[in-house]
Amino acid sequence: MSVRVGEAARAPSFQKAAHTLLKDDQLRNNVRHATDVITHKRAGVVAEQHDWQQMRTTASAIKAHTLRYLDEYLAQFEATCTAAGGHVHWAADADEANRIIVELIQKHGGREVIKVKTMTSDEIGLNSVLEASGIHPHETDLADMIIQLGHDHPSHIVVPALHKNRRQVREIFMRAMGLKELGDKPEDLTEAARRYLREKFLKVKIGFSGANYLIAETGGVCVVESEGNARMCLTLPDVLITLAGIEKVIPTFGDLEVFLQLLPRSATGERMNPYNSLWTGVHTDEGPKEFHVVLLDNGRTRILADRESRETLHCIRCGACLNTCPVYRQTGGHAYGSIYAGPIGAILTPQLFDMEHSQSLPYASSLCGACYEVCPVKINIPEVLIHLRGRVVREQQSGASLEAIGMKAMARVFTSRRRFEAAQRLGRIGQWPFVSDGWIRHLPGMLGNWTAVRDLQPMPSQTFRNWWREREKENHDA
Amino acid sequence: MDQGTLSERKKTTLRISLFVACYNDTLFPETGKSVVRLLERLGHQVEFPFEQTCCGQMHYNTGYQPEAMPLLRRFVEVFQDSDAVCIPSSSCVAMVRDHYVKMAEAAGDFALRRDVEVLLPRVFELTELLVDQLGVEDVGAYYPHRVTYHASCHSLRSLHLGNRPMRLLRKVRGIELVELEELEQCCGFGGTFAVKNGEVSAAMLADKLRCVTATRAEVVTAVDNSCLMHIFGGLHRQGAGIKAVHLAEILASTEEGAS
Repeated sequence: MSVRVGEAARAPSFQKAAHTLLKDDQLRNNVRHATDVITHKRAGVVAEQHDWQQMRTTASAIKAHTLRYLDEYLAQFEATCTAAGGHVHWAADADEANRIIVELIQKHGGREVIKVKTMTSDEIGLNSVLEASGIHPHETDLADMIIQLGHDHPSHIVVPALHKNRRQVREIFMRAMGLKELGDKPEDLTEAARRYLREKFLKVKIGFSGANYLIAETGGVCVVESEGNARMCLTLPDVLITLAGIEKVIPTFGDLEVFLQLLPRSATGERMNPYNSLWTGVHTDEGPKEFHVVLLDNGRTRILADRESRETLHCIRCGACLNTCPVYRQTGGHAYGSIYAGPIGAILTPQLFDMEHSQSLPYASSLCGACYEVCPVKINIPEVLIHLRGRVVREQQSGASLEAIGMKAMARVFTSRRRFEAAQRLGRIGQWPFVSDGWIRHLPGMLGNWTAVRDLQPMPSQTFRNWWREREKENHDA
Repeated sequence: MDQGTLSERKKTTLRISLFVACYNDTLFPETGKSVVRLLERLGHQVEFPFEQTCCGQMHYNTGYQPEAMPLLRRFVEVFQDSDAVCIPSSSCVAMVRDHYVKMAEAAGDFALRRDVEVLLPRVFELTELLVDQLGVEDVGAYYPHRVTYHASCHSLRSLHLGNRPMRLLRKVRGIELVELEELEQCCGFGGTFAVKNGEVSAAMLADKLRCVTATRAEVVTAVDNSCLMHIFGGLHRQGAGIKAVHLAEILASTEEGAS
């Protein structure tokens, strides 16, 4: 099985990518501004919901229950969706999903496809596969369109072009649409996008989407959005293909009650999404004549098998953890080398990847806990990060790194009072070449990362325990 | 203790075992000394079990979970007969409280898990011990300085200390408290994160230092010396002239000591 997460296989480590991004002041200002606006709006609409914590608990319980019986709910969805006139396909990995999708499009002689709201298609690298097969994909979500026209990569799971400001978007549009003049007011930009997109909506006969929820009970599919472009994409073409990860299934229509409240408030700070599209199979008089759902595993069952980290699959892709994360807010999403950025990306990408290419990601966190606090489905991201760090260390054990040797030696020191006290004495002696005027300003090796911008207080002449010892002795003598 | 909570017995003298934390023991002995002076001033008896070393947080959080196991066992062995364990470091308390049960369970050692569960209700961060268990907010401290308080991540989101540290600080005589902007933002320390992702950590620290210097405080305080070591290291490099002082040291200060 070949699991793939977009371009992540070739991505540099988080540290390397961050090194470059931290120098991009424009990008960092854009990210800071956008995340500030969203977190502020979110805080407002969350505060007004008095049962927010109970809703989080409920959502988490629904997700845990669904994952426990995932096989049954998926089979139920297949049956109900098929009964409503849809076609359900199962894809074990990215290659299989891409093959199914290309064959479906080719069967209808499609040379173009309009796409919307599908991060999962980025996960499987669909666009490049389509292009290679002579099929042109048009992204129709405004932000995805900006990314596509600018030959860029998404940096956020809800607001993919969050790292671009209006002036930059204007330049991209002028270049890609061949416009001689264009203002940079929101109305100017949306007007240009509208004119460009309407033509595609009316012309292209095959639509492609992701899914927020698959409803096992009814066979229905739900997509939520802010622009109405998805609504166009879902209703105008003759053929609609939806790609969804297997964790997107929920048991009943009634479960939407919880998720349709949690998601918009967490994602964009709105009480409700402006557009909530729900469709079930096909209908004779309206909408697509043919509807396909491709259910994608691509590493998800492997995550499900891990008791310590399966809650990763609870994620409803709201992006709240990105907006609040102090690490994401410094670097933006590109540092995570994957369509899935931020704290959720730091746990999801390495698991989808079986840790081969993304061992730096579980360490891209100070474990401050802000992500867990805002997560609407209560994924304890810091705990999962720690669990994945354990896996990284275990897998690196063959080649004993300097770090591993040091950590193991320290652990041994801590298992004996005698060794601990000896290490304290040694440290006091060993530090003296580095101390000047009562501070340490330069350290060698990895520790130099500390002294790059921070001084370090040296060990004082007396440890606490020696002070205590002395005091005991004085008390005793007195 | 067999029966009753500590708060029910707060008027009586308690025997409090200090887990000072390995890095306080080695790098910040003043914090440990201050806890001892403070608790003794309040009429309690403090003991320091010498066999204590480290709670295992650094190993556990960095991915060396098997290496943290013997440290868990050691902690339980050293403290299982204590009436109350006081830890002047919220991240160490979080390590013990959030992970020890899970670790014992993962090791399949159910006797150990039971020992942990029995011990946990008697393990307190310093401000929890003072406010909740000993029922004091005015500890009789005197500290005539302009001070800002940094809320460490573990104190906020793991221990949910809330306003306990501020309630204690507000009762300190002579103190001038200034609120820190972006109080809930991480300072960027994060243990080995500061070294493994030194540049991102430095960028986070820069934001924190901007907020700290904007207060024009003489002293920045917190319930964790780990954050303070990070913040003070940055302040000193910038020559900001602001000191970092653990909350225990402020609470231990008295008029007699100052004069």
